[in-house]
Amino acid sequence: MATYTLTTPLTSEDTKKLVAGDTVLLNGTIYTARDAAHKKLVDLIEAGEELPFDLEGSIIYFVGPTPPKPGDPIGSAGPTTSYRMDTYSPTMLKNGSKGMIGKGNRNQAVKDACVEYDGIYFGATGGAGALLGKQIRSAEVIAYPELGPEAVRKITVENFPVTVVNDTKGNDLYQMGREQYEVKS
Amino acid sequence: MREIEFDVVVKAVKDMIMHCGTDLPQDTYDALETAMENEKSPVSKEVIRQILENANIAKDEKRPLCQDTGLAVFFVNVGEEVRINGGLLRDAINKGTAQGYEEGYLRASTCEPFSRANLKDTVGYNLPAIIHFDIVAGDKIDIEYAAKGGGSENVSRARVFPPAAGKDGIVAYVKEVISDAGGNPCPPITVGVGIGGTFEKACISSKHALFRNLETKNPDPEMAELEERMLTEINNLGIGAMGMGGTKTALAVHIESNPCHIASLPVSVNVQCHSSRHTHITI
Repeated sequence: MATYTLTTPLTSEDTKKLVAGDTVLLNGTIYTARDAAHKKLVDLIEAGEELPFDLEGSIIYFVGPTPPKPGDPIGSAGPTTSYRMDTYSPTMLKNGSKGMIGKGNRNQAVKDACVEYDGIYFGATGGAGALLGKQIRSAEVIAYPELGPEAVRKITVENFPVTVVNDTKGNDLYQMGREQYEVKS
Repeated sequence: MREIEFDVVVKAVKDMIMHCGTDLPQDTYDALETAMENEKSPVSKEVIRQILENANIAKDEKRPLCQDTGLAVFFVNVGEEVRINGGLLRDAINKGTAQGYEEGYLRASTCEPFSRANLKDTVGYNLPAIIHFDIVAGDKIDIEYAAKGGGSENVSRARVFPPAAGKDGIVAYVKEVISDAGGNPCPPITVGVGIGGTFEKACISSKHALFRNLETKNPDPEMAELEERMLTEINNLGIGAMGMGGTKTALAVHIESNPCHIASLPVSVNVQCHSSRHTHITI
């Protein structure tokens, strides 16, 4: 299991070297979106309309942060459960996005899309919102402010710690890890 | 009849909420530390290390432990010889909840079930709180509080078994629920199991079981043994911290058991994430 430091936007060259279980420290711009925002983004893609940000090489973070305290760019910001985005993620990957950050299992369609479009599903530590929020240097709502915590934010991260869960070869860390430690009765 | 001022309850509830949002209870912290020491998977060990580091940052800098600051859930035991002066007890708890969440920079997460409209500007900031009242002897009010996140609530389930299912059936069911949940509820989890009663009694008991201090043993030896058996079975699943694979999927299993109908054996499994934010006060 290797450790990499990567800066967005990511290329296929970046993602193809990553293997399930690797640790990655992410730097640069990433975008936040939960289910409500994903629905709006995918509707725009399907209608052939322009998106509020460039998908090419982008990483989408599934998060709905707490309100920032005065002077902070953002509040606590850990990942939300990813399966709610399973319907939308293949379309995002097909249209240029290279990665997602969340927690919990993805369905087969998302894993297949990671293989087909050189995408990575990264896991961040759920419930570590204070720690992860501190790695976010700036945050700006760029779309759907009416969604409150679920609005799309453009955020800048520094050494944001994530683990590769689903890689471009079809590996799944959750499945591999569980098989290794399961005690059969 | 003892009288307690409305504002005293408001302030007490607000303080509990703000404290719980940033300070992980000691029993949870200690249980996680023990889990980290005993975890065999290096990946899961690192995840638990991050969880503990997160707790230290949150406490020192007064930042919310998790962005999901939960729905506010209360179990309130009201003494028969006490009354609130200046308003209703339910209103005082709701007012304290709204103030605590807003002033603590905690997230307002209540919404309409279908439109998904956030209720912060209509009903109130993170309102309404979920409150379970009971009437007890005495002149005090005992308020237990927990911040209940959505990820772990989403994997919780209940079922009414035929009595023949017995202990083996219940253990298999609990194992199935946790196995299907995988990493989604943010393990290492605490598992609340409500057994017996009626359908809704089992559910409420499984919730209340999560409020129990993690360092305590079930006073009923039969239930204590059943808790141990369930804990072993769950940890044998290999799910590990955040589902990354490991030997510590659950910190504890807590059972609350009730008498039930001769025809039924209700069971409810309520899951709590590793950020088990719970506390209680007596006024």
